[in-house]
Amino acid sequence: MAEYSWPRRGTTSLIDTEQTRIDGVAKASGAAKYSCDINPKGTLVARAMGCPHAHCKIKSIDISLAKDVPGVVLVSPAKAIGDEIQWQGDIIAYVAAETEGAAAEGVAAITVEYEMLDVFVDDQHLAAAEAADRTGKPLSNVQLVNEPGDDEDEEAFEEAEIQRLLEASDVVVEGNYGINVITHMCMEPHGSTCEWNGDQLTAHLSTQNVSGTAGQFADPLGITASDVTVHCDFIGGGFGSKFAADSWGVACAELARQTGRPVRLMLDRDIELKTAGNRPSGFIKVKIGADKNGVVQVWDSQQWGTSGASGGGVSQGVVPYVFDPENRRRTATSIATNAGPQRAWRAPNHPQAAAITHTAYDDVAAALGIDSYDVFLRNLDSVSNDKADVYRAQMERAAELMQWKSKWHAHGKGEKKGSVVTGLGMGIHTWGGGGHNSTCRITIHPDGGVETALGSQDLGTGTRTVIGIVVAETFGLPLDAVNVKIGSSSYPASGPSGGSTTVAGVSESNRRAAQDALAQLNELVAAKLGVGAADLVAKEGRIQASGDASKSLSWKEACALLGMTPLEVNGEFRRGEPSSLSSSQVAGVQMAEVAVDLDTGIVKPLKFVAVQDMGLIINRKTAASQIYGAVIMGIAYSIFEERIMDLQTGAFLNAELADYRLPRLGDIGEIVVDLWEPDSEYERGVVGLGEPPVISPGAAISNAVANATGVRVPVLPLTPQRVLDALGSA
Amino acid sequence: MKAFEYAAPRRESELAGLFSGRPGATAVLAGGTDLVGLMKKMIVAPDRVVNIKEIASLYGISADSAGVTVGAVTRLDEMLDSADLDAFPAVKQAIRGINSMQLQSQGTIGGELCQRPRCWYFRNGCGLPTELGRMVERGDNRYHAIFGNRGPAKYVSASRIAPALVALGASVRIVGPASGEAVEGPPKNGAPVAQDGNALGEAIMPLADFFVTPRAPHQGETVLDPDQIVTHIHIPRDEQIASATYEVRQSEGPEYPLAAAAAALRIEAGVVTEARIVLGQVAPVPWVSEAAAAAIVGQAVTPESARAAGEAAVARATPLSQNRYKVQLARVSVERAILQAAGLETGGF
Repeated sequence: MAEYSWPRRGTTSLIDTEQTRIDGVAKASGAAKYSCDINPKGTLVARAMGCPHAHCKIKSIDISLAKDVPGVVLVSPAKAIGDEIQWQGDIIAYVAAETEGAAAEGVAAITVEYEMLDVFVDDQHLAAAEAADRTGKPLSNVQLVNEPGDDEDEEAFEEAEIQRLLEASDVVVEGNYGINVITHMCMEPHGSTCEWNGDQLTAHLSTQNVSGTAGQFADPLGITASDVTVHCDFIGGGFGSKFAADSWGVACAELARQTGRPVRLMLDRDIELKTAGNRPSGFIKVKIGADKNGVVQVWDSQQWGTSGASGGGVSQGVVPYVFDPENRRRTATSIATNAGPQRAWRAPNHPQAAAITHTAYDDVAAALGIDSYDVFLRNLDSVSNDKADVYRAQMERAAELMQWKSKWHAHGKGEKKGSVVTGLGMGIHTWGGGGHNSTCRITIHPDGGVETALGSQDLGTGTRTVIGIVVAETFGLPLDAVNVKIGSSSYPASGPSGGSTTVAGVSESNRRAAQDALAQLNELVAAKLGVGAADLVAKEGRIQASGDASKSLSWKEACALLGMTPLEVNGEFRRGEPSSLSSSQVAGVQMAEVAVDLDTGIVKPLKFVAVQDMGLIINRKTAASQIYGAVIMGIAYSIFEERIMDLQTGAFLNAELADYRLPRLGDIGEIVVDLWEPDSEYERGVVGLGEPPVISPGAAISNAVANATGVRVPVLPLTPQRVLDALGSA
Repeated sequence: MKAFEYAAPRRESELAGLFSGRPGATAVLAGGTDLVGLMKKMIVAPDRVVNIKEIASLYGISADSAGVTVGAVTRLDEMLDSADLDAFPAVKQAIRGINSMQLQSQGTIGGELCQRPRCWYFRNGCGLPTELGRMVERGDNRYHAIFGNRGPAKYVSASRIAPALVALGASVRIVGPASGEAVEGPPKNGAPVAQDGNALGEAIMPLADFFVTPRAPHQGETVLDPDQIVTHIHIPRDEQIASATYEVRQSEGPEYPLAAAAAALRIEAGVVTEARIVLGQVAPVPWVSEAAAAAIVGQAVTPESARAAGEAAVARATPLSQNRYKVQLARVSVERAILQAAGLETGGF
């Protein structure tokens, strides 16, 4: 069967409905086992020792005292003499012990001599980074309508042309914007429990890449990927930080091999925050020229930021974000800091780009005294994707849900109640979301049992349930009739869950396999009933001739026709191949309403509207849930979260949950999720949803604060200190 | 966590001899919400941990006409539930503000008062709170002191409840070896007397004097010697006093406030005749502002007079390089604590 398709809209029993997670009870009750719950008999506990210094060289490592600590079984240095350490918390050694306490004491008993080197962690001030010789070569990218003459110097022309365009603009807005580094903050830190059976390694790894990590264990351990099985039934968050086996995962396997016992190694929270990934910072100096309607004519920006010791920062490829004016110049400088390395963080680059550029667009509205909504609307002709019409429609819907028009006031001109003002702000975003490679194996047993197996993973997003829905819908069965087997590398390979690729990938492979399997089963049923196979439909637990309910078999009766052997059918999808089941590219509009206490600088989200397209929706409940979660995560980085580094020592000062500020439920306000779904969305098939709704909150909230106060608080998160500083009252 | 000896005395008298006079050698365990974290990070590494939660006489709330006595190991949620403490809204508001059921149901009042500073240099193992003055001065001091910060101590007193208790004129009972300097004066206020009078003695002092700003390393944040513990807190009853705690909290989480103030006001015929204003999270001790009290005494509480008191409170603040904003927040805290004590709208969130 070559043609795959989804059932027509309105004819489904599970797809496009609200279904509760099939593993919800297991998670809520504690029955679900995470990596650190795996506790085979004799398991040793391992602990990592983090370097206390941000930049140094190792002169000596003495583990003799640590080995003598009662309960310590093995001490294993992770660094050698002479190695240079580039950030505080980089792992120096591991200790495996009978108990957590002994492991901790063992770590404390390791003596390391360091040669201290110069420390630099200030990513916010470009001049300071230049003075410290920590900047990379600035990268420029220029796009202009006019071109230089044959004999003209290109750079001189560009400079003159930018200046000319700025002078020709009705309004020029200059501003500084920024967003600090935030760290990954999965509830479950990185880690694994590893056990060997002879030369065979089983790694219970907290991973968003079940099918892709076996080889990462194998190579450094001198075995092959075929000797490794990776398991991850449940994961307490990944968000882009858990694609790899990681050096500490390999170390856990090595400790297990050397001690001959299972070993569990989960990172402590402080090492987790310092070492296991963060989101790069972005700071920008912008000059925008716009016409009197707020349509941007020219964009000129210089940005900088850091991804850690290797430099980096926010990609200039998404600056300005979504909008791509015909005339623009952008320069990006990377700053190397003595800080842990970045890892993909939900929609890499996009949230920062939105926060540092849609704020500048909003300042155009403020400068002209016009409605921010109109400025976003009028600039839609310059969007970098083909979604201008979708944005228009979504903006209209979002405005209706926010009651934007009736609530709007010019920047800083709202009513003040006591010391409290309110304001509105918005942002728009874009993402791909096409499916990843995915293979699955569906088995129909002669007794009617159905299972599907694939090496995918459920990050908490509801992937397990989505897979069940797709298979059950195809077979006309209830959701609980399908046994969904994921979370093991022994199953058919499926892609890593990153970039919003999972839902389309696993829906593709499972729908294909299920349709093929049903076609094979229908051949048997057709012969039995004496009808054409093409005339059969599977619904409500039966396979029947369409239009003739008297000719039917129950699912169980139909499966019995298989005889002794189960029917196994593989489904396969390759990323990028044309398909009627899935597509890619989404838009999305978000609006925030906030209150600001001018006396304390505290920002309180009142209402947040998220309008999001995502093609065909498999499970409405988990889709909405994804958006709620993304908005909450967005509020966190907009108002609360930041990595705070000590400029003197390079210490990561708030690397624990007591000091790393995060919002609580009462700090979130009302969230209105709108699943944007005209028939055209259903028709284009499944598209990923994970990243897009986390992108716009920074811009929307910062713009709302600017609208409320009449002042731009330039850098996110918008802490009371920064708000008061911007208001000039501190 | 370093291995340690564990003692769980059942009676106050059994405390004798359990504590070492050497700083850091013994640690008092009550709720453990602060101590256990510090021990896990090996910021403190005692040889012996003495769990005082099993001592029945240190537990519970008792009231009489003179006031209310709260045993040091009484849990914060029990204080919230106690009708005896309804007369002291500043105390209940401070406990509610902790915003964490875990801390409220595990933490004790004695531990809350004796918790160590939240200074992140201290918590990151850079040294004792008193050794970090220069580091804080040159470093990230956004949450540090804006008062009383000229010496080596630049952290802020962590206690959330102390400002309210100090404003209400609470006293504290301390027990330690009979030879200890702080041990003098007769037992008062119905607090239990140590059963072994030979080995242990007690002292009762105003809570305002309990907190000290250390001038040298190894001086603690309180008057307690390493072999002394807090056993009871006594709040005097005064029906005429209106009180409130106002904390500037960025979130509804358990994070510490950016600034706070407690106000205890005697209001007669619409005019404040006596006031005690104590700021929290702004100095190494709960910071008693005589200036704020003087500004509001003789006035009716109005938005204007409250604001003037707030301004008086911060007139002599000495912010560090990065915490000037806390001066504004301290001012607002005082203003809003006064308004709230008088039952008026605070005007903010």
